Amino acid sequence: MQSTRKIRVLIAKPGLDSHDRGAKVVARALRDAGMEVIYTGLRQTPEQIAETALQEDVDVIGLSILSGAHKALFPRIMELLKQKGLTDVMVFAGGIIPEEDIPEMKKLGIKGIFGPGTPTETIIQFTLENVPKRT
Amino acid sequence: MFDDEKINEIKRERERWEKTTLPKWIRQCPECKSEFRNHSGMLIKRVYTPEDIKALDYLRDLGFPGEYPFLRGVHATMYRGRLWTMRMFAGYGTAEQTNKRFKYLLKEGETGLSTAFDYPTIMGYDSDHSMAKGEVGICGVAISSLKDMEILFDGIPLDQVTTSMTINGPAPMLLAMYVAVGDRQCVPREKIGGTTQNDNLKEFFAQKLCIFPPKSSVKLTTDIIEYCARHLPRWNPVSISGYHIREAGATALQELAFTIYDGIAYVESTIERGLKVDDFAHRLSFFFASHNDFFEEIAKFRAARRLWAKIMKERFHTKNPRSMWMRMHVQTSGCTLTAPQPLNNITRTTIQALAAVLGGTQSLHTNSFDEALCLPTEEAVRVALRTQQVIAHESGVTNTVDPLAGSYYVEALTNEMEEKAMEYIQKIDDMGGAIAAIEKGFFQKEIADSAYRYQMEIDEKKRIIVGLNEYTIEEEECPIKLLRIDPKTEKEQVIRLQKVKRERDNRKVKEVLEKLHYTAEKDENLMPTVIEAVKVYVTLGEITEVLREVYGEYKELIVI
Repeated sequence: MQSTRKIRVLIAKPGLDSHDRGAKVVARALRDAGMEVIYTGLRQTPEQIAETALQEDVDVIGLSILSGAHKALFPRIMELLKQKGLTDVMVFAGGIIPEEDIPEMKKLGIKGIFGPGTPTETIIQFTLENVPKRT
Repeated sequence: MFDDEKINEIKRERERWEKTTLPKWIRQCPECKSEFRNHSGMLIKRVYTPEDIKALDYLRDLGFPGEYPFLRGVHATMYRGRLWTMRMFAGYGTAEQTNKRFKYLLKEGETGLSTAFDYPTIMGYDSDHSMAKGEVGICGVAISSLKDMEILFDGIPLDQVTTSMTINGPAPMLLAMYVAVGDRQCVPREKIGGTTQNDNLKEFFAQKLCIFPPKSSVKLTTDIIEYCARHLPRWNPVSISGYHIREAGATALQELAFTIYDGIAYVESTIERGLKVDDFAHRLSFFFASHNDFFEEIAKFRAARRLWAKIMKERFHTKNPRSMWMRMHVQTSGCTLTAPQPLNNITRTTIQALAAVLGGTQSLHTNSFDEALCLPTEEAVRVALRTQQVIAHESGVTNTVDPLAGSYYVEALTNEMEEKAMEYIQKIDDMGGAIAAIEKGFFQKEIADSAYRYQMEIDEKKRIIVGLNEYTIEEEECPIKLLRIDPKTEKEQVIRLQKVKRERDNRKVKEVLEKLHYTAEKDENLMPTVIEAVKVYVTLGEITEVLREVYGEYKELIVI
């Protein structure tokens, strides 16, 4: 029987900044596109994000950060996901992430980076195309 | 302003025009939309006439500048007498770097300082806290102790400049440090001038940099209002802020209504403290955003002044006209800036700044063109400041007071803004006030809905953003130079903090922290003890920690 499980997405806000307008709009757009969306709320530590991802059994994580601390926080988040065995979860990120940092972020395993002004449709399509297949 | 006979004649003529002239034009050149609306969703008419403001009574509803209801401005001569304060929000890296930026801006002609603190400072963490990792000096200047504050204002005489500080939860600590720097410079406290944002209510639904629960947060806001009323007569204890409400996604109307409501809440909390309204209301100040829709913004600023004056008079029975003044700072809207084709942001900022000036602001920050990408470079911030100077000295808009008064459209829109804001105020009153509305998630839901609607309009191209969803170009690489924060900042800052902690009198530190704990538990005004504490180099983080123990921490109510 074909599974009817919806795609489960965690939208997470690491870092101290409180710019959650984008995160919330993306959360709502993915939900309206038929996905199950969990939003962590602000100022989550890498440990909290990895733990929530595990508990909620998500397929996708969207990290939103506008504080500039992505270089300090993203490596830690990716490391913790690995430790918890969540290597098949697809991670994308959004916010203010300078062009020159993108190769480094991608090397960490972050699949897509979306800057300010990205249409929500682009993120929805990206998620649908890159969501890992459940076995 | 018009007699009935005249209005009837205009009405007849309009109807004739609609039957004869208009259809020909519409056939030849159909209108590009079936209806035209502003950001607040108000339906905008094709053309406005005296009919739209027929009930307007000049002396009652507009009056003269510097007089009730202050629609035309709080000052009688406005910019003919004194230009608005050009106050550029600035701060990054260490105190030394920001001190240098302050001096640069003053040299280039800005007339007031405005401080951006980094996230750890804003959240009450010292630079060496685990939560501060990777964030020190990135989005603002790192201030952990009085030592940093002394460096920040080194060589800047505090009796010759006013300083605004964007700080809320830890506002008592930063104000205390500013007072301490002033004391050290031997500036009498009655000469210290500036503003602490200190608007904790909007944190819960807009800026969301909350540390303590709502009741304790309002208590801290009120402590500063009370302390300033008694000891710092030139300080604006609170900057009641719509800016963040707007940036979080609210419409102009929601920004106006929710900000005014927060103002009402602070007046009430301070009266409950035992102060008379005229002891403090003249020092309340406001802060709004200036977004893209030019006339909507102008109408918002004008309506805000009249609405506040009426509320102060009718709801709080103030006798002093200065208590009815709404003095405002305006910042052009950060969320309207685009990352693609960043130079276009100069044009956006110019239009928004002009709206603020035509709306009668007292103080203005203009965003830099690179701010969708990073903190501003020296060149970008200079262009932003020059934008204000061009408006001030070249455009001629400062030659007369409130030049748009009497425009059928602007007055009709001003009236509509005020009426609809009053409806919101009534609704929030019925809900039981600002804290009740926060706890119900009312503001949060209203803002989230507007933010989503706005984004959908952009995604569906119902709203054109130049360079973003229309008129786009392939940009191979970023066309402008970006500011990067020196990665050594965090390390340097932590070393300085540790040195301060080593060299201070730690016995005194312990004593004053115990006193602070006691004062907080007794629910007394914290300001005197906080000033005592910062002077012996107790850190921001240590003070916040004590208050976290006493008040607890706020847990976010998530509303998507």
